[in-house]
Amino acid sequence: MKARVTVTLKAGILDPQGKAIEGALKSLGVDGVASVRQGKVFDIELAGADKAKAEAALKDAADKLLANTVIENYRVELL
Amino acid sequence: MKAAILVFPGINRERDMARALRLVSGHEPAMVWHAETSLPAGTDLVVVPGGFSYGDYLRCGAIAARAPVMDAVRDYAAKGGLVLGVCNGFQILCESGLLPGVLMRNARLKFICKDVHLRVERSDTPFTRGYNAGQVIRVPVAHGEGNYEADEETIKRIEGEGRVLYRYCSADGVVDESHNINGAAHSIAGLVNDKGNVLGMMPHPENHVEDIMGCTDGRGLFAGLTAHLEKAA
Repeated sequence: MKARVTVTLKAGILDPQGKAIEGALKSLGVDGVASVRQGKVFDIELAGADKAKAEAALKDAADKLLANTVIENYRVELL
Repeated sequence: MKAAILVFPGINRERDMARALRLVSGHEPAMVWHAETSLPAGTDLVVVPGGFSYGDYLRCGAIAARAPVMDAVRDYAAKGGLVLGVCNGFQILCESGLLPGVLMRNARLKFICKDVHLRVERSDTPFTRGYNAGQVIRVPVAHGEGNYEADEETIKRIEGEGRVLYRYCSADGVVDESHNINGAAHSIAGLVNDKGNVLGMMPHPENHVEDIMGCTDGRGLFAGLTAHLEKAA
């Protein structure tokens, strides 16, 4: 089973990297960019076919390691 | 003093730290590998040194914070044992939950490697008793992620409890945004946990302890710790 965990900065957390990318996009003349926030994507392959178990394991992974929940939110998707 | 210096893959300041501790305390620190599940018997100071543990992969300090030895450090700290984390060590302590908050990318995105001035905020702690309150010391920094942040309520509590021990400042002790090198909340360079036994700081006091280094302002931290532990013993 394939899954994806997306980790993003919480609203209100300063994201200097996103700001730098936003500036670069604007200087490249890409139209209509209002703001950019940078995050991380983890593509994970899981053994077994139990969806509920998989989701629980991914949440565990995100809480324990993939995200720092002080500053980041995460979203788990089974693909 | 029976210091234990934790060693993770990618750490590179552990020898500087050992040298400083040996020089100031007169005792040889133990080097403790990250896969250990206990600290040497009688350890009275745990040091998490600087470097780039696990190549800063995922987030700075995130993987080291989950190493087996950190469970032993959490137990030790819960019993009141002294823990000092410098630079990557500070990041590891935040990631491990021993200190609140998080160290974000420097506000101006640059890796900063230079001497900075720090104001010692109080002198009545094991980590600062080698200095006077208000004293300004000069120590080097070398980091890309030293911008300390926490939610407003946490910062308020930290300030209210006097837990900021070191702040970035000018040579004459003025704390303002122009001397806040990395954009840290309230110019925080080093703070302690709620019990006051765990210090995390971005600057490297271990690199200013000998005349040949051009400055010995970092000695006070280690001298203070030594005096504290010898008095306790």
